[in-house]
Amino acid sequence: MDAIILQILNGLDKGSAYALIALGLTLIFGTLGVVNFAHGALFMIGAFCAVTLKKILTLSYITEDPTQTDFLGKPLKVATPYVQSWFGESTGAALIDWAVPLAILFSIPIMIGIGFIMERGLIKHFYKRPHADQILVTFGLAIVLQELIKTFYGANPIPTPAPEVFRGSYDFGVILGFEANAIIYPYWRMVYFAFSAVIIGAVFAFLQFTTFGMVVRAGMADRETVGLLGINIDKRFTIMFGIAAAVAGLAGVMYAPINSPNYHMGMDFLVLSFVVVVVGGMGSLPGAVLAGFMLGILEAFASMNQIKAIIPGIDQIIIYLVAIIIILTRPRGLMGKKGVMEE
Amino acid sequence: MSTSNFTRRGVLKSGAVAGAGVALPTIFTASSAAAYMNEPTGSTVTLGFNVPQTGAYADEGADELRAYELAVEHLNGGGDAGMMNTFSSKALKGNGILGKKVEFVTGDTQTKSDAARASAKSMIEKDGAVMITGGSSSGVAIAVQGLCQEAGVIFMAGLTHSNDTTGKDKKANGFRHFFNGYMSAAALAPVLEKLYGKDRNAYHLTADYTWGWTQEESIAAATEAMGWNTVNKVRTPLASTDFSSYIAPVLNSGADVLVLNHYGGNMVNSLTNAVQFGLRDKMVNGKQFEIVVPLYSRLMAKGAGENVKGIHGSTNWHWSLTDEGSKAFVKSFGTKYGFPPSQAAHTVYCQTMLYADAAERAGTFNPCGIAEALEGFEFDGLGNGKTLYRAEDHQCFKDVLVVRGKENPTSEFDLLEVVEVTPTAQVTYAPDHPMFAGGALGTCNAG
Repeated sequence: MDAIILQILNGLDKGSAYALIALGLTLIFGTLGVVNFAHGALFMIGAFCAVTLKKILTLSYITEDPTQTDFLGKPLKVATPYVQSWFGESTGAALIDWAVPLAILFSIPIMIGIGFIMERGLIKHFYKRPHADQILVTFGLAIVLQELIKTFYGANPIPTPAPEVFRGSYDFGVILGFEANAIIYPYWRMVYFAFSAVIIGAVFAFLQFTTFGMVVRAGMADRETVGLLGINIDKRFTIMFGIAAAVAGLAGVMYAPINSPNYHMGMDFLVLSFVVVVVGGMGSLPGAVLAGFMLGILEAFASMNQIKAIIPGIDQIIIYLVAIIIILTRPRGLMGKKGVMEE
Repeated sequence: MSTSNFTRRGVLKSGAVAGAGVALPTIFTASSAAAYMNEPTGSTVTLGFNVPQTGAYADEGADELRAYELAVEHLNGGGDAGMMNTFSSKALKGNGILGKKVEFVTGDTQTKSDAARASAKSMIEKDGAVMITGGSSSGVAIAVQGLCQEAGVIFMAGLTHSNDTTGKDKKANGFRHFFNGYMSAAALAPVLEKLYGKDRNAYHLTADYTWGWTQEESIAAATEAMGWNTVNKVRTPLASTDFSSYIAPVLNSGADVLVLNHYGGNMVNSLTNAVQFGLRDKMVNGKQFEIVVPLYSRLMAKGAGENVKGIHGSTNWHWSLTDEGSKAFVKSFGTKYGFPPSQAAHTVYCQTMLYADAAERAGTFNPCGIAEALEGFEFDGLGNGKTLYRAEDHQCFKDVLVVRGKENPTSEFDLLEVVEVTPTAQVTYAPDHPMFAGGALGTCNAG
């Protein structure tokens, strides 16, 4: 029982990341009709916003310490961050410690800007082209973006820890009546799950309760009619692209402490996120969220030793296996609507 | 009635046979005119440096390339000659190799076996490389070693730690300076026993490919021999990025030690996840929970940040060593590039020097002559103390370093500290050891 609860918890944070990326993918697909293979790269850029802010906050001036020597026997160069000399040691250290949460604010305008440039600069030219062309161009864009990041930041992962207060884990087992250490769960992953829930809730509320959202939903259902009513749907869709980029970026920012960001992390999530979108149902926002969490949890279960003992290697194929079963039994996915991608 | 052999079918048949012959890669045929594959005829000799220039190991590949460039500079008489001054063999004169100026070409392995073979093949066939060296993965090393054996050139392996490289997949044309999984385990086990005692329960997470398997087999055998119990061995997909679902059940399994048979990005993520789950703060079976990373790489330890602090592992070489060879290498590398070299840089520099020295001593670039000069060669002054290139399996036997993540690093390069230098005798094994069994060295191929 404790093992089951543990894997559900584990699935929740992985599912949160899938759900956030798939949500953005579905928003773009539902509004613009574009299959955006560069979406994983937006997630990666989000994580690198956190890395960048941390780098900015730790920009340092160098002083030489004659009492210590470096590897060549010269006086050791000691770096002191400017923020520590400007705001005092403790405030400066706290700012650096809280770099990841601060990067949320830092990343939103950047991600919306990148989304806007991507849509206006490249993707809008491919609206009327076949999906295969869209996939090729966005996939190419993803490679360009990740190579750019690699040029600036290198290929190695860059540690970007959570604030000190969120390090360590909580023992859920004790409050649920299990033995100590039976169900432990890191604080930051709880934060990640809560954060995802807030973002998902905010996106749904925005689409559901604002006039802008209503127009976008109408546009998703029937773009032509909305256009005929004299509404500039393209402009709104561009904004939606920016919002989708920001959602992916925020997912990336908060993911940075979970696994040290590297230039390739977007690709690792991209394929799985597409499976999530297809399983959830093309164009269905609740479907994307539901499928994200479902596949995250199933993936966690499949890596349980007890299950791997029965079917070795199941952890490597579970997501695709479930996708095949769902597509065979429900060809439109869990919550897919008739008419989407069926022209 | 006359009969003719030139029937339509006959012509087609012989045409097909001739065509197939012509189409045979020149790799298998070009040697007919020369005495051996890619015999250098002009005033230069070309070496092929095959390292990951793209992909997750690109930084490690870049460090290897820096060391290769430094080695070439030293061989051609430039710079401060680095470890050529401390190398026990004095055959190298700083005038290239056998009087020929050393030039090099590079290939990108991408850390993919097929890409690595393609780039090695291209360097041999198109650029006339007389030796191939480099790499950052055992899967790649084994693939390229096989290709070099077929092609008839020497392969001086880069960073490859699987027992199989000089075990079941060993080849007469292939040589490894780097240590291996068995040696890591043999060096680590006594230190672990001293630190954590004999009564421990170990849980293994293992990258599911050749290196992971042999590393797991080696460390499990070594720790079991000193009394530890192996609770579980779990294989994790190489492409895994989040290890939480593999790490979460560890504490509940009764284990009090987690052994991470992971390297590179896998190691960074699994170690980060394990620390996130608070494993190191827990008490299990009345003992402090511990994590062990059998193979450390400073470049990768950087990715795990503070999580490496206090965690033990092994490494082939470290820039903080104070022997004359290491000091000379760190000085020339550090002066040229501004930071200390990694163990990957060290091993490939040594491999280049060892190849060049063997050619000088053999008086030829013929792979069979070079192989003979390397087999059983004993040397010193290259940073690892007295070393033997064993003839039976082409594996170097030398001291192994047990290291620990440093508590108070003074710079971004100062991440590991040497805990113990394990003497060669303790990590030496018989050539027919079961972990290295199967496969044969075969005979050298000169192309």
